[in-house]
Amino acid sequence: MTLALIAKIILVVAIFVLTLAVAAYSTYLERKVAAFLQDRLGPDRAGPWGLLQPLADGVKMFTKEEFIPAASEKFLFILGPGLFILTALMTSAVIPWGPALVIAGEVIALQVADIDIGVLYVLGVVSVGVYGIMIGGWASNNKYSLLGAVRASSQMISYELAMGISVITIVMITGSLSLNEIVGQQAQGTWNVLKQPLGFLIFLVCAFAETNRAPFDLPECETELVGGYHTEYSSMKLGLFLFAEYMNMFISSAMIATLYFGGWHFPYMDKLGLGPNTLAFLGFTVFFLKIVFFIFFYMWVRWTLPRFRYDQLMHLGWKVLIPLALLNMLATGAFSLLF
Amino acid sequence: MNTPSSYLPIIIQLLVALGFVITTLVASHLIGPKRKGNKKDEAFECGIDGVGNARVPFSIKYFMTAILFVLFDVEVVFFYPYAVNFKEMGWHGFAAVSIFVGFFLIGFAYVYKRGALEWDK
Repeated sequence: MTLALIAKIILVVAIFVLTLAVAAYSTYLERKVAAFLQDRLGPDRAGPWGLLQPLADGVKMFTKEEFIPAASEKFLFILGPGLFILTALMTSAVIPWGPALVIAGEVIALQVADIDIGVLYVLGVVSVGVYGIMIGGWASNNKYSLLGAVRASSQMISYELAMGISVITIVMITGSLSLNEIVGQQAQGTWNVLKQPLGFLIFLVCAFAETNRAPFDLPECETELVGGYHTEYSSMKLGLFLFAEYMNMFISSAMIATLYFGGWHFPYMDKLGLGPNTLAFLGFTVFFLKIVFFIFFYMWVRWTLPRFRYDQLMHLGWKVLIPLALLNMLATGAFSLLF
Repeated sequence: MNTPSSYLPIIIQLLVALGFVITTLVASHLIGPKRKGNKKDEAFECGIDGVGNARVPFSIKYFMTAILFVLFDVEVVFFYPYAVNFKEMGWHGFAAVSIFVGFFLIGFAYVYKRGALEWDK
């Protein structure tokens, strides 16, 4: 029991550090990818190839003046970004990061908590993130912030419906809400993306909308709302909002890989005849590469597509994705009962 | 099977995350400079004086979206227990859920017809 507990604590801290590192270097990668796509250089001053840029940004955020508007609700103003990043940090708890390790005869799962209701846990924690944005935007007592926050929460809750329905089809073909089980079954059979191409597409679009990324970055909309819900924020509170956005990108990439692309599984994995620890290491590496690919995909899309208009966004969410997701669910049900 | 102790690691993760958030907020509060002023502490407005409070009425469409979300999200949650037991329940369960989806769609069609989803009018 104690060994298991110590292993869990090490795992929690390792995943926490990994999340922070990936989020920090995503900001660097975003600027490098943008620079590459626009034929520029990108950050190249701090350290070799600008590799120390995220650290410099962090130091800058800490040393900037902390500004709280006089007319704001002070407690809620501080609570907003805190809550937003807290939910971003909590989602990673149920993701299986690799096959189990075997150390001194004990099996150690590379998953913080293998709970039966993994999928529901993720959807539930993600929805709490809406409160962070709404509280932050409302507490600022600024018209731009309020508009940005209202837009953001409307968008997030609208796309949550279609996302929830598209995940149901995965649960139907797996018969379990546990993410470990979902990956395990994909490792036995085929990846879910081949069984659920339409569901994957719906989930992908919703993931973009849930993380407020382009082409659905209306809440921020620099040109009309001066930053949206974080107009009034400065110093590390702004940093937490921006940082949480990159963490959400990391976690949603991990969720896409887990639900549809076999998680840590890669073809011919069990035919290699390797020990469990080598397999765990390889599995984690493959999973991480999948995540990095989806993070890159997020950036690729951001610098390729223009922003939606708000009515187009709502039209797509309510009138296209929700009926399509329902149809996909019924079709999946009928199809898998017939064959 | 899960026991309450399966959720213990989530509590550990919550403590680590809370520790990080609180440390960061307190540290940035202590490190950064602070200079106050009447004009400076006003809410941001593009170069002109701000008019009134920000808590003014806004478009009812956002409110409608929230209400509809609560309605439909509750219905979506009902699909989950079915989805887990989908294979055991066979055609009988599928017929029952199809009827439920039918009700869902009738509600959806009503909302659509009444124009609650129109944003450009």
